[in-house]
Amino acid sequence: MNTEERGEKGDVLLEMKNIVIDGWSDERWHQIIRGVDLSLGRGEVLGLIGESGAGKSTLGLAAMGFVRPGCRLTSGSIMFDGMELSTASEPEKRRLWGTRIAYVAQSAAAAFNPAHRLIDQTIESSVRHDLMNEAEARENAISLYAAMQLPEPETIGFRYPHQVSGGQLQRAMTAMAMASRPDLIIFDEPTTALDVTTQVEVLAAMRDAIEQFNTAAIYITHDLAVVAQMADTIKVLRYGEEMEEAETRKMLTHPEHPYTKSLWSVRSIQKPAETSDDYILEINGVDAAYGKGLKVLHDVSIKVPRGRTVAIVGESGSGKSTTARVITGLLPPVAGEVLFDGQALPPELRQRSRAQLQHIQMIYQMADTAMNPKQTVAEIIGRPLEFYLNLRGKAREARIIQLLDLIELDESFYDRLPTELSGGQKQRICIARAVAAEPELIICDEVTSALDQIVQEGILKLLLKLQRDFGMTFVFITHDIATVKAISDEIVVMYQGRVVEQGLKDAILSPPFPEYTKLLLSSVPEMDPDWLSNLLAERAGA
Amino acid sequence: MSETETYSATAEVAQVRQRTSRGKRIWIDLKKAPISAWFGLIVISIYGLVAVFAPLLAPYDQADTSFGAYLPWGDGHLLGTDQIGRDFFSRLIYGARNTIGIALATTLLSFLVGGSLGLMAAISRNWIDQVLSRLVDVLMAIPSLIFALMLLSIFGSTTWGLIVIIAILDSTRVFRLTRAVSLNVVVMDYVEVAQLRGEKLGWVMRREILPNILPPLIAEFGLRFSFVFLTIAALSFLGVGIQPPTADWGSMVRENASLIQFAKYDILGAITPLLPAAAIALLTVAVNFVVDWFLHKTSGLKDEH
Repeated sequence: MNTEERGEKGDVLLEMKNIVIDGWSDERWHQIIRGVDLSLGRGEVLGLIGESGAGKSTLGLAAMGFVRPGCRLTSGSIMFDGMELSTASEPEKRRLWGTRIAYVAQSAAAAFNPAHRLIDQTIESSVRHDLMNEAEARENAISLYAAMQLPEPETIGFRYPHQVSGGQLQRAMTAMAMASRPDLIIFDEPTTALDVTTQVEVLAAMRDAIEQFNTAAIYITHDLAVVAQMADTIKVLRYGEEMEEAETRKMLTHPEHPYTKSLWSVRSIQKPAETSDDYILEINGVDAAYGKGLKVLHDVSIKVPRGRTVAIVGESGSGKSTTARVITGLLPPVAGEVLFDGQALPPELRQRSRAQLQHIQMIYQMADTAMNPKQTVAEIIGRPLEFYLNLRGKAREARIIQLLDLIELDESFYDRLPTELSGGQKQRICIARAVAAEPELIICDEVTSALDQIVQEGILKLLLKLQRDFGMTFVFITHDIATVKAISDEIVVMYQGRVVEQGLKDAILSPPFPEYTKLLLSSVPEMDPDWLSNLLAERAGA
Repeated sequence: MSETETYSATAEVAQVRQRTSRGKRIWIDLKKAPISAWFGLIVISIYGLVAVFAPLLAPYDQADTSFGAYLPWGDGHLLGTDQIGRDFFSRLIYGARNTIGIALATTLLSFLVGGSLGLMAAISRNWIDQVLSRLVDVLMAIPSLIFALMLLSIFGSTTWGLIVIIAILDSTRVFRLTRAVSLNVVVMDYVEVAQLRGEKLGWVMRREILPNILPPLIAEFGLRFSFVFLTIAALSFLGVGIQPPTADWGSMVRENASLIQFAKYDILGAITPLLPAAAIALLTVAVNFVVDWFLHKTSGLKDEH
């Protein structure tokens, strides 16, 4: 609240002891957090990392004294600045929330009310809790927008959430959390949904703001390189238990627990780049537009060699996904043509033959929305078998089990519903559905970006195996350079609907770079705690 | 990387599960159903059985007028006879068949028409959507009871005419609801997957979208079903609904309503006209209990523990 009342940096602010939290599922209570201790001093930043389901968010929310519906705090004490939160009443806790403890959610787009202006939402908690009057709060908000390096801080608050970009919205949300000068902010994966180029700006702005106001923070993420930039200490969680906690530099250089070591070595997939002159897919001079006016692709030409992986990289809005829509026929191009196996594909989906549709399959980013929640795994995988290959009855069942085996899942998954699967399992089922059609080309649209690193690695290895065993061709759309390095043969860099360059992986990833490629590559966080500072210094100097 | 820590998808599952069939899932759901849902299901089943086996259960025919008018309870007529000497108990049983049958047929037809057109409009979102939506707007702009009266006097009050006319008027609301909820589902990736696979429109409607919009439709079904009783009763009151001698609960209330005045002389006789009303009320409550349970189950709302 008041800066004067604050203690010195390093005084203990939050002390959580032996936290046990249960969650209700499958008709019984399960332990989600199994006796974790956490201690945080003023002005310190603690990084919480682990794969999904590790209990990161649950623990983060517990630091506010909040448990999600369907969960309960069974034991443990949460001392926040001399106040016991585990036994505090709802009104007592509500007085703390939004004033002394703030929360920044992963999806700012979902957390803002689309019907109110940004500034009204930013000042709401300060005004409601009578910390400031409205005029002061507005002035404060504007200074925070400036601190977060938002463009036009004087006026940006008068826009609605849909009128600013995702990165700006995430920064506005951090400004909202900062508005009442809280003692503690909980960041729950605040940059996971952003492009790398945007992520750098948001990280820098958040770090400056935390330092400036001497705020303590818990930073929840599954991205090690990001946490390395933000945190003073790192705590690794798995299955609700603490694996290891250490000061950031020590943790990065000398991880002790085998699980931590495995996290550190995840980006280990390497594949030598190969090329081929036998092109399975050629896109020639394609222009595409949504509606009549908005042209999103300009003279795009891409060649995809058979049995290889071509990665299309670029930030959001660069035309990557639109290119995929042109290939699949969802968006007929205005000009240019798509050749498959040397034959021109009809531009419209409806004019394509069943065989043409069968040869090109697609895997989506969000496995959640790519599977019908009311169909079982067998129905999802079995439909392409019926539809393209005319398999029925026992033959269909046998093939489904064979496909499940191929994606390293067992027969017990046969009649599960998507809601009974984890994120990685869902994506595997989507892969099985694409493979079931026995296609020649699979378009992977950001297939790993919604997944944790260890799960990502599993999926990428599976895709490489499929390519090796069946000679499949992949077009891999992504903004994650680490993934690109791991699995691609060729890289296409796109920016604002144009192809910046295309070539072999090694050629694209080594200098000299065109300007945009350089910006994109330099924005990928590295596992060096000084990376962000160095990058910012370098960019300021340049 | 250490050997033990590599990712394995199978290891993500805590314990290996047995395959469970659809039938078993339904049985598990039923076992967990609250008492209100069980009550509803049992009541609906009894109504259903009575309706199907009406000719076997009823002691007399619904149109048999060979008895004295207004006979008291007991003495060969369990619930007495009505104003022209028809056995009231038999008419109550036949009423289940006629009233429920007509209401069910009407509601099903309105959902078939409104639902499929609504789905089609939501998927196509082109001129078909525009034409259908404006047509529905026009139909909804006309007061439905007056419109029904007009149509019935043009085409005559046959049972089938009644069913079709009420169904079409009701289907406008179903169309709007279906279209609105489908619009949220058609944008999902799995619908795009189906289209990319080359599936026909009918398959996409039936298999991809319909199962996902079922909960609000079922809730609407329960409500519509109850409202159809009222519409039929209103039309019967005006003389264009179900025509005599067909027994129908709505008209049975009206025809014998005057008996209530004689409550101080014969309390049982006075209850008689209330029985068909109670039958309608009980069925409505039962249907809504079941619909509530179904909604609770499919909406994903968790009970507080």
